[in-house]
Amino acid sequence: MISLIDRRMGIFLAGLFVLTVAIPVGNLAFEGKVVPSYIVSLFGKYLCYALLAVALDLVWGFCGILSLGHGAFFALGGYAMGMHLMREIGDRGVYANPDLPDFMVFLSWDELPWFWMGFDNFWFASLMVMLVPGALAFLFGWFAFRSRVTGVYLSIITQAMTYALQLAFFRNEMGFGGNNGLTDFKDVLGFPMQSDSTRAGLFVLTAIALAAGLLIARAITTSKLGMILVCIRDAESRTRFMGYRVEGYKLFIFVVSAMMAGVAGALYTPQVGIINPGEFSPANSIEIVIWVALGGRGTLVGAALGAILVALAKTLFTGWFPEFWLFALGGLFILVTLFLPKGVLGLIEDTFARKKKPAPALQEAKA
Amino acid sequence: MSVHLLLDGVNRSFDGYKAINDLSLAVDKGELRAVIGPNGAGKTTMMDIITGKTRPDSGGVWWNQTVDLTKIDEAGSARLGIGRKFQKPTVFETHSVEENIALSLKAERSVFATLFHRQTEAEAARITELLQLVRLEGDRHRPAADLSHGQKQWLEIGMLLAQDPELLLVDEPAAGMTDAETMRTAELLRSLAGKHTVIVVEHDMDFVRALDCRVTVLHQGHVLTEGSLDHVSANPEVIEVYLGR
Repeated sequence: MISLIDRRMGIFLAGLFVLTVAIPVGNLAFEGKVVPSYIVSLFGKYLCYALLAVALDLVWGFCGILSLGHGAFFALGGYAMGMHLMREIGDRGVYANPDLPDFMVFLSWDELPWFWMGFDNFWFASLMVMLVPGALAFLFGWFAFRSRVTGVYLSIITQAMTYALQLAFFRNEMGFGGNNGLTDFKDVLGFPMQSDSTRAGLFVLTAIALAAGLLIARAITTSKLGMILVCIRDAESRTRFMGYRVEGYKLFIFVVSAMMAGVAGALYTPQVGIINPGEFSPANSIEIVIWVALGGRGTLVGAALGAILVALAKTLFTGWFPEFWLFALGGLFILVTLFLPKGVLGLIEDTFARKKKPAPALQEAKA
Repeated sequence: MSVHLLLDGVNRSFDGYKAINDLSLAVDKGELRAVIGPNGAGKTTMMDIITGKTRPDSGGVWWNQTVDLTKIDEAGSARLGIGRKFQKPTVFETHSVEENIALSLKAERSVFATLFHRQTEAEAARITELLQLVRLEGDRHRPAADLSHGQKQWLEIGMLLAQDPELLLVDEPAAGMTDAETMRTAELLRSLAGKHTVIVVEHDMDFVRALDCRVTVLHQGHVLTEGSLDHVSANPEVIEVYLGR
């Protein structure tokens, strides 16, 4: 039986644990002198990306569904949490209206639209964080997989889906703050947004969510269902002739993945302080694919690692030479595709394997 | 004996080309049947129709004289008990030999049943038994991608048997096998008949002779003739089709 925590997962989780202790402690215990407060939120953001990458790896790495619209599920989760944070502002907005968010007052709306009902409650919002992306994924997947849309065609319609949502969310009439999105949050569950301890708390929560996401993904992919997902990825038609209803399996993993992406988005919004339609942009979704490919497709840990590395590189690079970032990202993608088919994780593991076992031929003979 | 599979006046055309033309065929329960025919005779399309991959334009396909196979998809036909082995061996390359068999085993196929599935001892024993039968026990932990072409053929036969189907549709099982292996395959298929219904599509005449069963000759999507191998090979039309061009 394959164990839930293999070597690479163990090493990654240990590293994540160290980070989870070191960053908040370094920040809080030394009043921001060792680890500045912005670093806490910045790394919190990276971990959200890592969880998003794990979600994409589940569908792409294991089931071969190349979704170019996973940013949409992330953004929907982010919006659901953003809506709750807007309600928590209460009468502390610019217009001091206790019943309506500022942008609705600005648009001279009289009452809260029906779809904002319930978001005052944190737990309702938390539920929606998973339910809304999950429901969209279910609906989309139900039609697409049943009609046996696969490959490039599926990728294109996922891309169209996120683009359509972006255009819709840009409209003021939609009731999600239009162009500006949702921002100016004050508290989360009563804790002030700007305080260091709240940021540290959010960071730790994100790290826990990432660890949980990784373990859930690993449990799924090591189950019999996980093996069938790989069968579908490698020989879809053959899998059908074995009696497996492929569309059901695809739908299941697509919905699970969308929910995971939604959770990542929900943790992202409070740490970044804003959610706007830009998060639906097709380019964002493509970037997720690059994280996964770069880190190592179909490895889970590699996807998380890829997201963190690329996001870190992006922060550094856009600081030094802002105009060259996209070229660097494109170049990196080409290099990885050409020379590292198993991604960064594959490179690391191969390097270690070579050091430890000088005679691979002998090893094989023994096995 | 009762008719297990019945094709009744089936037609199917692709862009005006009649791949299957008024095809009627009855196979009894437990029978071993060889289907031969030149390239383009419609053998693969016939299998696609039986397994629900392709829908016929007209005509009926009946399972046990009661179930209408034209209304069923691939997974549905597999669940009814129709197992198919492809001409080009398609095993799951990244999975180990053992896993390939394990995934084929007859079991609940729903999403949640597989999510929470734990391998039972009976299943483990059956896997070992099948691996011994197809002589791949020593390779059980190797990825299927590492097997030779002939071994992949055997693995696929093992996967087919793991499904424990009532009807086996076997497409050119001997391709890529040595002479000795070919004979062993024929022997295996003969031993399966009786308990299972077996339909074999084959080009290799030595292999068909070794099967020693009723032969159906397909030509241009239609049954040309049927009978023992000696009977059909004496038929002038069959000679014309095979040698005349």
